[in-house]
Amino acid sequence: MALEIIESCVNCWACEPLCPNQAIYEAKPHFLINPDKCNECAGDFADSQCATICPIEGAILNADGEALNPPGSLTGIPPEKFAELQAAQQAARHGA
Amino acid sequence: MELPVINNTASEATKSGCSASSCGSTNDQMGHLPEHIREKVFNHPCYSEEAHHYFARMHVAVAPACNIQCHYCNRKYDCANESRPGVVSELHHPEQAVKKVLAVAATIPQMTVLGIAGPGDPLANPERTFATFRSLAEQAPDIKLCVSTNGLSLPDHIDELAKHNIDHVTITINCVDPDVGAKIYPWIFWKNKRIKGREGAAILIEQQQKGLEMLVARGILVKVNSVMIPGVNDAHLAEVSRTVKAKGAFLHNVMPLISEAEHGTFYGMTGQRGPTHDELQKLQDECSGDMNMMRHCRQCRADAVGLLGEDRGSEFTMDKIEAMDINYPEAMKMRAEVHAAIAEELESKRVAKEAKVQLVSIEGIKAKPETRPVLMAIATKGGGVINEHFGHASEFLIYEASSAGVRFIGHRKTVAYCEGGDTCGDGESALDKSLKVLAGCEVVLCSKIGFEPWGPLEAAGIQPNGEHAMEAIEDAILAVYEEMRVAGRLEAKLDEQQKAA
Ligand code: SF4
Ligand code: SF4
Repeated sequence: MALEIIESCVNCWACEPLCPNQAIYEAKPHFLINPDKCNECAGDFADSQCATICPIEGAILNADGEALNPPGSLTGIPPEKFAELQAAQQAARHGA
Repeated sequence: MELPVINNTASEATKSGCSASSCGSTNDQMGHLPEHIREKVFNHPCYSEEAHHYFARMHVAVAPACNIQCHYCNRKYDCANESRPGVVSELHHPEQAVKKVLAVAATIPQMTVLGIAGPGDPLANPERTFATFRSLAEQAPDIKLCVSTNGLSLPDHIDELAKHNIDHVTITINCVDPDVGAKIYPWIFWKNKRIKGREGAAILIEQQQKGLEMLVARGILVKVNSVMIPGVNDAHLAEVSRTVKAKGAFLHNVMPLISEAEHGTFYGMTGQRGPTHDELQKLQDECSGDMNMMRHCRQCRADAVGLLGEDRGSEFTMDKIEAMDINYPEAMKMRAEVHAAIAEELESKRVAKEAKVQLVSIEGIKAKPETRPVLMAIATKGGGVINEHFGHASEFLIYEASSAGVRFIGHRKTVAYCEGGDTCGDGESALDKSLKVLAGCEVVLCSKIGFEPWGPLEAAGIQPNGEHAMEAIEDAILAVYEEMRVAGRLEAKLDEQQKAA
C-alpha cells in the first residue's frame, strides 16, 4: 500500500520532511513517492502526513488511484467553478 | 514595553502645535517613536517613507512550504497579498540565496535589508530559512535581516530568531476572532493533523498572539500586516489594531485584498471584492488613532530586487551570479561609505525640515480659515521631489492637503500586479487605468504631461499640473493648496464636474 504524487504537484516541499519513512524525494518535473518505502504512515500517524499537509487538491492519490484531497476539499472552491476557470485560461492560451 | 500613541489625525497635529507640512507623514511619526526603535527603522526601506527613497530591500525565495491555507492565496501562483512569489517562481537553496544576496549587496550598496517571506511560510521551512540567516549574519553583518510569517509556528522559533541579526519580524494577522478567522483560513496543519474551520483559525490566532508577545519580550520589533477583506474583516481590523498595539507591535500595515477570478483563489472565484482606495484610507485613518499606521507599503513582490518600485532582478539571475567574483569584506567598506553619505544627507534634510516646520507653524498661527481636505497625486521617481513624467509613472504617491498640513496617504499603482501573461486582461488602456487609480484626487502633480491625457483628466475632475517640476513634494502641494484656497475652491465640498465624474 502506497500513495502516489501526480503532475498537479507544485513542488512546494511541504510533504518531504514530514514522511516518517523518507519515501518522498525531489524529482523532475515533480516530487515522487518511492512505493517500496511508503506504508501510508501506518504505525506512525493516524493520517498520511503528505496528504495531510499537501495544499493541492488531487496531487496525491491512494493505492486505488483516488485523490485523497478531492476538488473543493481544501480550498472550498466549488469544482465546477474551477473547471470553468481552467477552460477559460486554456482557451485564452490557445487564442493567443 | 509600552508604545506611545502615534496619532496622525489632523486634530492631534493641531493640538501639539504642529501645523507643519510634515505633520503626520511617516518620518514624522517615527519622530514620536522611542529612540531605540527609531534607530532600528530609520534606514529600513519598508518602514520609513524617507528611507524608501535612499535604501533598498531584497527578498529571497528559500521557503516554499506552507502550513496554512488562506482564501486569498493560490499556492500555484504568485501571491499578490502576502507579497510572495508563487512556488513555481525561481526557488533558491540557502547557499544560492546567500550568494545572490552578497552579489546584490556588493553591486547595490543601498541594499540594507534582506527579507525572507516565502514563497510559503519561512517558519514552516525553518532549516532553509535559518541556514540562510545564519550564514548572512556571519558573512554580511551590515545587512539587516527580516522575516514575514503567518505566525503559526512562531512561538517555536523565537530563540533562533533572537540569535541572528533579525530585528524585524512581520506577522500577518487578519483577525483576533476565530469566527472571522473561519472565513479567511479554510485549514491549518497542526501537530500532524489538518484542522479545518473555526478550530484551526482559533489555534492560528492563539499562536500569532503568543508569538507577538514573545518577540516583544525579547526586544525584537514586530510589524503587523493585515489584509482588508470587505465584509469579512473590515469592521474587525480596528480591534486587531488595538490588540496588537497593546501587545507591543510598533507598526500596523493594512493592505487591500487583491482578488481576481484569474488568480484562482477562493476569494477570486467566489467574487469577493477588494476594498476601494477610499475604504482603505478610511480604515487606515480609523486605526491611526490607536496605532502607528504604515502607508507607503507597495506590496512589493517577495523576490524583487532594488530601490523604490524598481526591480533589477534580471541583473542577478543565478547564472550571472555564479560568474561574479564577490569580495564581500571589500564591498563592505564601500557600502559603509555610501551609507554614511546617505545618513548625512538625511540628517541635513531633517534639520532643514525642522527649521521649516517652525517657520510654518508661526505662519500657521495667523489662523487661516478651516478648509476642506484635498487629495493630490504625485508622479515621482524618488528623492522627495516631483520628477516623473505623467505617462511614465508606474505609481502615484497620494497626499492629503488640509488646513492641518500635508500628510502622506499611500501609493497607488497604475500597473497591475500581474505583469503581462495570459492571466491579465488588457481591455483597459494605461490611461484608463491611471484615471481609475487617481479617483478621488483633485490634482496630479508631475514633471511633465502630454497633451493627450490632459482632457480626460480634467473631465474626471483631476487637474493636471506640471508647474512644480523638481520641487519638493510637500512644498509643491502646499503651494497648490494655497492657490486653490485663494481661488475659493476649498469651501465647496465638490464641484459640479467631480460629481459628474
Ligand atoms: S503516506 Fe506517509 S509514508 Fe507514505 S509517502 Fe506520505 S508521508 Fe511518507
Ligand atoms: S505537498 Fe503536495 S504539492 Fe507540495 S511537494 Fe508535496 S505533493 Fe507536491
